[in-house]
Amino acid sequence: MIGKTGLLRRLAWLVVLTGILIAVAVEPVSAQQPTPSDDDVNRVAKQMYCPVCENIPLDVCPTQACAQWRELIRLKLSEGLTDEEIRQYFAEQYGDRVLDVPPARGLNWLVYVLPPLFIAGGVWIVARVFRSMVKPSAENAGASLETTPTPSVAEDPYVAKIEEELRRREREGG
Amino acid sequence: MLANIGFGVLVVSFITSLYGIIASIIGVRKNSLAWVESARKAMQITFPLITIVALAIILLLVTGQYQVQYVYNVTSSTMPLYLKITALWGGQSGSLVFWAWLMSAFTTAVTLRKWERDREFLPWVILVGLVTLTFFLSLILFFENPFVRFWVTAAGNQVISMFPPAGAAPLIPADGRGLNPLLRHPGMIIHPPMLYLGFVSFVIPYAFAVAALVTGRTDDRWIRITRRWTLVAWLFLSLGLVLGSRWAYDVLGWGGYWAWDPVENAAFMPWLTGTAFLHSVMIQEKRGLFKRWNMILIILTYALVIFGTFLTRSGVLSSVHSFAQSAIGPMFFGFIALSMIFSVWLLIWRWQILHAEGNMHSLLSREALFLLNNLLFMGILVVVFWGTVFPLISELFTGQKVTVGPAFYERSTGPLFAALLLLMGIAPLSAWGHSTVKTLGKALWKPALAALAVVIAAFAGGIRNGWALFGFLLVSLVIFITLFEYFRGVTARRRRTGEGWLAALFNLMARNRRRYGGYIIHLGVVLMALGIIGIEMFQTETQGTIPPGGSLRLGRYEVTFTRLDIFDANDGRNVARATVLVSKDGRMVGELHPRRDLYFDSMQPMTIPGVRSTIEDDLYVLLVDWQPISSTGVTFKVFHNPLINWLWIGGFVFILGMLVAAWPDKDPQPVPVAVRRGQAIPSRSSGD
Amino acid sequence: MVEERINNAEKTNRQTLPRWVVGLVFAVLIGFLVLIGLGLRRTQEGPIVIGQKVPYFELKTFDGEVYHTQQMQGKVIVVNFWASWCKPCEQEAFELEEAWQFYKPRGDVVFLGVDYVDTEPEAKAFIQQFGLTYPNGPDLRTRISQMFRIQGVPETYIIDREGRLAFVKKGPFLSVTEIRGAVDPLLP
Repeated sequence: MIGKTGLLRRLAWLVVLTGILIAVAVEPVSAQQPTPSDDDVNRVAKQMYCPVCENIPLDVCPTQACAQWRELIRLKLSEGLTDEEIRQYFAEQYGDRVLDVPPARGLNWLVYVLPPLFIAGGVWIVARVFRSMVKPSAENAGASLETTPTPSVAEDPYVAKIEEELRRREREGG
Repeated sequence: MLANIGFGVLVVSFITSLYGIIASIIGVRKNSLAWVESARKAMQITFPLITIVALAIILLLVTGQYQVQYVYNVTSSTMPLYLKITALWGGQSGSLVFWAWLMSAFTTAVTLRKWERDREFLPWVILVGLVTLTFFLSLILFFENPFVRFWVTAAGNQVISMFPPAGAAPLIPADGRGLNPLLRHPGMIIHPPMLYLGFVSFVIPYAFAVAALVTGRTDDRWIRITRRWTLVAWLFLSLGLVLGSRWAYDVLGWGGYWAWDPVENAAFMPWLTGTAFLHSVMIQEKRGLFKRWNMILIILTYALVIFGTFLTRSGVLSSVHSFAQSAIGPMFFGFIALSMIFSVWLLIWRWQILHAEGNMHSLLSREALFLLNNLLFMGILVVVFWGTVFPLISELFTGQKVTVGPAFYERSTGPLFAALLLLMGIAPLSAWGHSTVKTLGKALWKPALAALAVVIAAFAGGIRNGWALFGFLLVSLVIFITLFEYFRGVTARRRRTGEGWLAALFNLMARNRRRYGGYIIHLGVVLMALGIIGIEMFQTETQGTIPPGGSLRLGRYEVTFTRLDIFDANDGRNVARATVLVSKDGRMVGELHPRRDLYFDSMQPMTIPGVRSTIEDDLYVLLVDWQPISSTGVTFKVFHNPLINWLWIGGFVFILGMLVAAWPDKDPQPVPVAVRRGQAIPSRSSGD
Repeated sequence: MVEERINNAEKTNRQTLPRWVVGLVFAVLIGFLVLIGLGLRRTQEGPIVIGQKVPYFELKTFDGEVYHTQQMQGKVIVVNFWASWCKPCEQEAFELEEAWQFYKPRGDVVFLGVDYVDTEPEAKAFIQQFGLTYPNGPDLRTRISQMFRIQGVPETYIIDREGRLAFVKKGPFLSVTEIRGAVDPLLP
């Protein structure tokens, strides 16, 4: 379960990365324009937050402060900085809170490590519960499998009737 | 005058609920029916009392009594009547009154039921309900009094207080400040009441759980009584969340519907535990398992409801939704601490008697799959909870704020949601008790094949995004399984009774509303998932500044700017309204009017998108900026949101399913051993 | 058989919680409550209250000069938070400069302009426009503003000669008299 989530997450990263690479690769048009286009600016701004309007991504925040920030991104892009370098520049100027996810260092590791740990703990507990519950009845489970070859669907007699009907139909059909 | 009456009644209702608490405690200690009855009466009286308080505030709001601070803060003379009324929940103190009013309505409704069989629960349910109510009333009374007014003292100083200082004259402002423009939207008018209703009605199952723990009557009686309450709570909470998303999509102007904002998360977390609870109680009803886990879930849900309200109102976390900073934080905190410690202590004390009455036999049985479902919900809860409180912790230890944005939540909950979707498809096919790979496989292979066909079709149609294809596989699998289940049921019924298709479908659902309502809910969820996959994986956007006559291209769409009108509207705002023509594949398809509203009273700009909605996609155009003097043009931002409308359609289906499942029976409280449908069976078979 | 199963289940389930689990549960609960409580206290009052010693901080101006409050001990420090995008900041800019000109000759009053969440070209244009001559610099990593826990701009904090916070103004000053009214009582 954990390995799988980890793998999935890594895969997700890979997909995102290749996506960005492709997006960068197939967009030679922007190079011809005199200034970086709004779309280029928004691509960077989408992953940033400005402290003035909390919880609104920079690319859509309507305040003047954010408009100024976007112009600054444009300036930095025209100076040839990469997206990541611009993010770094902003983090140094205005603090880590401008980044959309905490950079993985120091205490921030906790934000990435704790949830998987908790989920692992949950899996462990559930596995234990399963084992402790399934085991004691293991000896008569075999017997009950013999005696009730079809699953006992529900206590509702009505549903049971439907199920029975279905089984008969299937037998007739097959 | 009116303010004084309102305040007086508020004090009386506070005292009444305090009395009710004392009476129910005495009733328990002396084992006296008379005292418990008295507590019940007190509980029931609080409802009309708080109704009067709320009506007093509404009257003040409607008549524009601006000397009352709350009226001044949330209304202005230009606001239409319906907004003045709904301004009751537009600010901190008014919405607390509204909360308390709903709370007393629900708890009163509970005390009105027949209690013969559950006498011993009564005082405890009243106690929990009244303690929560008293807490909210005390917040209103001592910290957020909605009736405080402005006064001018003889010395000319401005004072804000309930009663005039000696020699002071009332100060009556000419007009109010007006409601926050973000809240002037139909979605925002219904969204908070829905959330509050959801929050408040979760208090009831919690109250019964506490009663069951205290009295030691830990069979599934408490679950059976509160089953419908839980469904209702869940219905409202879900409705609140869907409406909130719609509001965000329509008003906040960032092309999205969910921002993983702390306050959104605060409402989402009880929904997660509530959903898990809704599923796991079925295991207890059917199999007598997981009694402890159900207790933990309902306690957690109650704690998250209170904690969510606290987050929204104390200013601990900053958010677009939060109310202004207020002094209620410490008291709220105290209440959370006490209620949580009490609940945990109670649970530990009764841990022993909450033992399971059965066993699990198979990893593929429905109860095992439900347990897995619970695990996934808890996983999502941990991620959301941790992401929400982490900025607080980081600031506390490092002094530096950090942002935990959507990217974090999406990446960590994505796989969990996908697993849930898959489980949602398989679980209904498995049986209580046990299933085998063979029985499951037999039921699964047809829908799975159909789903695979859909994915192949999507691939052939040009979709190459692996994750999206996987998502489509899951979505179509669940849809086919659900439809297949219906088909199986209907054909079986037809065969047995000879009814027509529609009659068979109707009767099938009527006979087992919980089960088939649940299937409709599942159908709604997958449709919503379809919309989410669409917008998350295929959203495209572009932005550009264009002169009149110029156009922007996005995919198959072209947006042409024709004109911009700037004018003052008569409800106190300046409007900049652009007109753009939209063409698709070179064919004109319509005209959109993205606009920007600037409210004078708060000087807050709002960006309202122009949206062209079809079943397959939305074209969402935002007016970003314009140069008033020069003719360089107007900046637009254009989003293309494929499949987004399935999110709302799914929402409708979801609500429909919930109504099917939760609609009251003709006989909601069957007598102990009822003989129903001609068979002597316990009353529990009224649902699935 | 059902009977038997229930007996089995009771054997496995009818146990009290181990002590350590109870301990752990309460430890986590209390720990969480303490965290939230601390966070709440922080939002309620902020780290610096009037009368409390203000930690030293450093401001690097737009001209590249570095000012450290440790080297300003014994002086009254007026810390003004502003930004070029902030309209009310324009209202008080002239007044602040005028007040600075008034106190400058004395030498025991320092003005520091801390530029909050701003971009350099616009900020420099603002300084030019209002002719500000006292040291102004960007709030790098928003450290200073987070230390004072400002809620917006403009806000002004005045530190007395013992290094304690003596005065807080949220919103713009309306007149030079108002500024002098805040600074004068702190001078000998």
